[in-house]
Amino acid sequence: MKLQTLAMAMAAALATAAVSRAALAAADQIVIGDIDDMSGVYADVLGAGGVEAINMAIADFGGTVLGKKIVTLSADHQNKPDIGASKFRQWADEAGLDLLLGGSNTGVNIAMAKVAAVKKVPLFVIGAGGASLTNEDCTPYTVHYVYDTTALANGTATAIVNAGGKSWFYLTADYAFGTQLQNAASKVVEAHGGKNVGAVRVPLGAADFSSFLLQAQASGAQVLGLANAGTDFSNSLKAANEFGITRTMKPAALLAFLTDIHSLGLKTAQGLYLTTGWYWDLNPDTRAYAKRYFAKMNRQPTMDQAGIYSATTTYLKAVKAVGSTDSDKVMAELKRMKINDMFASGGYLRADGVMIHDMYVMQVKSPQESKYPWDYYKMVKKMNGEEAFGPVTGLCPLASK
Amino acid sequence: MRSTGLFYALTALFALCAPMLGLYPVFMMQLLCFAMFACAYNLLLGFGRMLSFGHAAFFGSAAYATSWLVTAHAWGPAAAILGGVVVSGALGLAIGAIAIRRHGIYFAMITLALAQLAYFVCLEAPFTGGENGLQGVPRGSLLGVLPLRSDLAMYYLVLAAFLAVFVFIRRVVHSPFGQVLKAIRDNESRAISLGYDISRYKLVAFVLSATLAGLAGSLKALVLGFVTLSDVQQSTSGEVILMTLLGGTGTFFGPIVGAALVVTLQQYLSDIVGGWVTAIIGAVFVACVLSFRRGIVGELAALRLRH
Amino acid sequence: MTEILGIPVAVIPGQLMLGLVNGSFYAMLSLGLALIFGLMGVVNFAHGAFYTLGAFAALLGLQWFGINYWIALLLAPLVVGLLGILVERLLLRRLYRLDPPLYRAWVIIASVVVCFATWFVIERTRLGATLRAATENAPLLQAFGVNVPLLMAATYGGGVALAALAGVLAAPVVLVNSHMGTSLVIVVFAVVVIGGMGSMLGAIVSGLVLGLVEGFTKVIYPEASNIVVFIIMALVLILRPAGLFGKE
Repeated sequence: MKLQTLAMAMAAALATAAVSRAALAAADQIVIGDIDDMSGVYADVLGAGGVEAINMAIADFGGTVLGKKIVTLSADHQNKPDIGASKFRQWADEAGLDLLLGGSNTGVNIAMAKVAAVKKVPLFVIGAGGASLTNEDCTPYTVHYVYDTTALANGTATAIVNAGGKSWFYLTADYAFGTQLQNAASKVVEAHGGKNVGAVRVPLGAADFSSFLLQAQASGAQVLGLANAGTDFSNSLKAANEFGITRTMKPAALLAFLTDIHSLGLKTAQGLYLTTGWYWDLNPDTRAYAKRYFAKMNRQPTMDQAGIYSATTTYLKAVKAVGSTDSDKVMAELKRMKINDMFASGGYLRADGVMIHDMYVMQVKSPQESKYPWDYYKMVKKMNGEEAFGPVTGLCPLASK
Repeated sequence: MRSTGLFYALTALFALCAPMLGLYPVFMMQLLCFAMFACAYNLLLGFGRMLSFGHAAFFGSAAYATSWLVTAHAWGPAAAILGGVVVSGALGLAIGAIAIRRHGIYFAMITLALAQLAYFVCLEAPFTGGENGLQGVPRGSLLGVLPLRSDLAMYYLVLAAFLAVFVFIRRVVHSPFGQVLKAIRDNESRAISLGYDISRYKLVAFVLSATLAGLAGSLKALVLGFVTLSDVQQSTSGEVILMTLLGGTGTFFGPIVGAALVVTLQQYLSDIVGGWVTAIIGAVFVACVLSFRRGIVGELAALRLRH
Repeated sequence: MTEILGIPVAVIPGQLMLGLVNGSFYAMLSLGLALIFGLMGVVNFAHGAFYTLGAFAALLGLQWFGINYWIALLLAPLVVGLLGILVERLLLRRLYRLDPPLYRAWVIIASVVVCFATWFVIERTRLGATLRAATENAPLLQAFGVNVPLLMAATYGGGVALAALAGVLAAPVVLVNSHMGTSLVIVVFAVVVIGGMGSMLGAIVSGLVLGLVEGFTKVIYPEASNIVVFIIMALVLILRPAGLFGKE
């Protein structure tokens, strides 16, 4: 009897193994993966909306490329680098992954970039902002598609310093992205004759910002630089409003998404300067995409949710052009082609992996200025790609100054 | 007794053939690392009745030390693993020396507190990469001879290490030292009155457990090529307790079953049910505690005794 | 700017306030824990969950004005849900419109009142005496005709209710999410251990004091603010294992 039990247990173990093996993708498919924060602080920015956008892009492309069916995988990295990296590695080893779309969180994407380099699978970073991904952490397979911390600082910090906000205090998310954003903004502020008074590092997903905000207030700075994102951003701004800090300090959203402004409401967010890579109400093309997206998700897309659509399409175009999914060939084609769609016009991939395209400095409208639902931004300035993303730094060996 | 031996042989055979059966080697290695971690923990909880809430500190500190030695100082894997194990052993000695002076929940709380300090060091120290951890840790080649880059080579190294640890723990438990440890577990006052220096026995058990947990952490860092804060986090301490209790404390095979169950659920179930996986593991745990308190293997063993 | 220990003087009152607010939550939560542990010997690891539940109950109560039947059904098995909603309806409804700093002052006052009331019930009333008798010798008390199991259930309910109350109070101040209790429960355990397991007074005092200490750590060395409680706990356990207010 005992041996029988043991044997059955063994059989069960083997059976599960066989089942998981059977789920693997066959070689006649193109596999696109998406690893993103599906449930945490960044879930609204890309998350489920991003998955929908990828599916839209694949459907628009016809569902197949090179005669192979395009399939998708998605996973929640829960903002943990180890989960993101092991999932990516597993898909590369087991599922024949051809492209990974990296969602939010710079730390997770840095970890995934290391896997991309080893497994030679292209990684299109969509939701993460850290410019290190195309500098000290760059790989031949990384593409930084939507925005980076350099572009955000060049846009927002320049606009605010020029408008008279000379002294800055930063509330910084305590991980790679926050630090990089704060550093980039500090440099821009100094370059324009402003000064950096101080900073406080706040854990990701902090429950209570009040203590940190009091420190910001005591610094006597004119500008409260919010070097955070997602719900961290909206919660810190909300708390700053509650404590009346916004009466003495001007808040600067170093990274804000449309969904953040939507959840804050115009009354709280009005007057904020922010930098975005895309806005749904820019031109007829963007509005057409937004309308289709809205029909599915019942909200307007963020720049990430538009960018991930464009990134998927761009990759598929490159695969079609070279007639292969060989990573090196596809990457070479990507660095040759021009990107023209509803997301970017005249965009191109620089040697270090940055996708150079126009960025927009926006100001949030007041409730009176807003004429229809989701009418939130007015354009302050359109920056061309070279101005926004700045020159090659030389930190990435793939691109020389 | 014969059937137990047969069972071990079968399991070992299964582990040897696993890559040929199409099981994903990286997953199997992760499973083995956690099984090793759980076995090490079981040495303390199952045979020494010391409930540590901070074992992730040993697992993680060794993982960090190994990764740092490999990335910053280009050490080979064998030396780096040894370095990691020494770090976790030393940490075990320091924490153990303080903790063994207390009992029960106080013992647990003091290990928790000190483990949180270890976590803090890993978060703030200049060489640990803060929130991002250390990434891109190369596996290198073992003693300069055997390249570990292929998952298969690495798998057999991890398997060999695991088998060695498993046999070692069995030997320790069956040794005179292990007998005294069990005597202390069952009745501490009696052991004292028999003249045993129980602090020394407890400390040795603690350091052994910490060292072996460190070995598991070092191996895991090399397998995955990175170490992050999750490895030293208190939730990892919780996981290893869960694995050990689920499988059955004080049994040799229980921690392995528990680790396999939890790691498999986390890995494959999370694809299907997402965040619900925590709730499911929780429910499985509650069911186990309510219906078979001795854990899966513990209950099976009891069943066999009755037959 | 004048500074004390590197903190600008102007910031001190504000930080003091915030420290006390956090301390109030700690005090209420650890009091609940200490109550359950001291009288029942149960280490209630679910405490954080009840705190979270309390907060959610409050939010739901606020958002669905007439309490939805299904939500009530979901919460009904848990005393906490009902209690949270009750408290929300009776007390908090009118307070949501309070100025945020004023609301925080209210948190401190409410906490002090609740903590004192709990201590008073346990130490100074007949009910408290019965409860304490039950922990000393349950069979004897049962022989006197007291329903001990019911008493135990009530104690657990009371301790949990304290957690829920803290959750409800915290709802407008902190970010309500499902993880809010998980990280907190460990800190609260530490608070209980520092105060002395099972000691009511210890839980209250160490809760408030540790809230303050943590608040000031946030200013002096913010990175260590999550860890300072554990450092203190380790020291206390080494030097005075039964806790500051516990009996050896």
